[in-house]
Amino acid sequence: MNNVKLRDSNLFRLIVFVLIPLVFLISCGLKPKSYLTGIVVTIGIYVILCASLNLINGFSGMFSMGHAAFMAIGAYLSAFLTLPSNVKENMCSGLPDWLIHTQAPFAVALIVGGLGAMLVAVLIAFPVVRTKGHYLSVVTLALIVVVCAVVDNQESWTNGSRGLNGIPAKSNIVSVYIVMVITLFLLFRIIRSSYGRGLIAMRDDPVAAQTLGINLVRKKISCFAISAFFAGVGGALWGHYLTAISSSGFYFTKSFDIVEISIIGGMSSLSGSILGAIFFTVIPEFLAPLESGLKIAGVKLPAMFGLSNIIMALLLILLIIFRRQGLMGNSEIILESWFSKDTYLSLFKKEEYQKLAAGFKNLFARKKKQ
Amino acid sequence: MLKVENLVVKYGSITAVDQISFEVGDNETVAMIGANGAGKSTTLKAISGLHKISAGRIFFDGKEISKTGADQIVRAGLVQVPEGRQIFNKLSVSENLTMGAYIMKDKDAQERNRELAYTLFPILKERARQAAGTLSGGEQQMLAIGRALMSSPRMLLLDEPSMGLSPIMTQQVFAALEQLKKEGMTILLIEQNAYDALEISDRAYIMETGRITLEGSSADLIADERVKNAYLGGEL
Repeated sequence: MNNVKLRDSNLFRLIVFVLIPLVFLISCGLKPKSYLTGIVVTIGIYVILCASLNLINGFSGMFSMGHAAFMAIGAYLSAFLTLPSNVKENMCSGLPDWLIHTQAPFAVALIVGGLGAMLVAVLIAFPVVRTKGHYLSVVTLALIVVVCAVVDNQESWTNGSRGLNGIPAKSNIVSVYIVMVITLFLLFRIIRSSYGRGLIAMRDDPVAAQTLGINLVRKKISCFAISAFFAGVGGALWGHYLTAISSSGFYFTKSFDIVEISIIGGMSSLSGSILGAIFFTVIPEFLAPLESGLKIAGVKLPAMFGLSNIIMALLLILLIIFRRQGLMGNSEIILESWFSKDTYLSLFKKEEYQKLAAGFKNLFARKKKQ
Repeated sequence: MLKVENLVVKYGSITAVDQISFEVGDNETVAMIGANGAGKSTTLKAISGLHKISAGRIFFDGKEISKTGADQIVRAGLVQVPEGRQIFNKLSVSENLTMGAYIMKDKDAQERNRELAYTLFPILKERARQAAGTLSGGEQQMLAIGRALMSSPRMLLLDEPSMGLSPIMTQQVFAALEQLKKEGMTILLIEQNAYDALEISDRAYIMETGRITLEGSSADLIADERVKNAYLGGEL
């Protein structure tokens, strides 16, 4: 028991990564209309988007910036299925009759949104995988332009740049977090499977990966498709959270936001997307009072609009200088704790309590030595 | 087992390999020797499907593989040990070996292959849990060979296994190749280290600026004046 570290204790993991967040989420869930709950829902959606982006950017060695496009496809397709028929008749009269009169459950709409994004991803993956590095990023950026142009100009379907509104507000803390956990579970299983090891091999050394019998093209296309599916689902949740969508909400900045979250959390870690999304969402909230002017110790600071963006940018630069691999690096400690039986069984094991105690003791002992 | 006919490989407009033909029989160890830039590695890349060929045909086990994808060639049992010890630095030695069995569904065969790799290179077993990037150059080469063995290949393509290794490590690597050869593995060995390569191989081809200029049994070539002068440092 001498070298037990706190992070190796299953019970400690259970408390920090499962129980505390769960209590927090439930307390948010009890006040569904509060401002805080809104932030928490946003975080959940960002986790889905960022984790799916990490599959491409962190594990496959490609660097995609096209997530906003997949989100847009997911958001619009799912909205077509959940909007009430009379609203659709007004805003999207060009839709085929059967679609106007179709009403699907939210879960079905999410999946259809994801599948639509996936289909587009497979189609554009063929030109995308012919490129590498920066060129690949530029091609995926171009996808955003194409998708937004289609959305703006196919007015009879999408209501053009005025966008769709009146989408039922079905993304709440329960639905978002259920989808988030399912997404993370599936992605975690993917990266821990032989398919995932193949992805990592391809990222680390494409030539060596080929000599192991990995088909790079197939791998890249499938990875792109899987990622796009979850991006589409995330976009659908986003649309049903905002209840009003237009192409301007799915432009470059949205993609850059997700890339930023991914870099903060650590691109090669799915767990990182959780930390990244929390930091990206919470820090600006703390900084927001600075923008409108603030009293600190009797001194009234003037309003400085845009200051929170500047501070975020500085933080990001510092992060890149001092911790390039992102907050989590390539550790999956959070997801490992979530999806391992041992974490939950530890509640019933005596030695786990001893381990926890020993972990705390060692922690303080080490502090004293310093 | 492997037959190459009039192979031409180009990098853009530059012809790196110019109409070469050679073959490797079952259970045979064949060396291909030549200086830097002779086109040896390019030939190997063309065979394993990593580089597109411009003309000519390649047969493995009587089947044409000239246009087959790299992954399919590995699945057919023709596995390359890439040049410069391209192992996965961040993964452990044991995980690297697991990666080698990427195409194998059979867990028992996987374990047998792992044992084979460990008996050939006991050092790998000692370092099984160590990150592969922390191994010495020679050990990394051993790992690269061990990893290639994980997919139960029927023929190995080795690209300069002695490159950048100390003489002692080179001896160890070649001893392991000797062992594999005894067990009936078919090997095509590309080397600049002509002496060791000729020692271990049954037959050899000598390549110069994209062409095969000399071929014969290794024993003959080692005694050949021209080879001695050009590759073995003259009269010993």
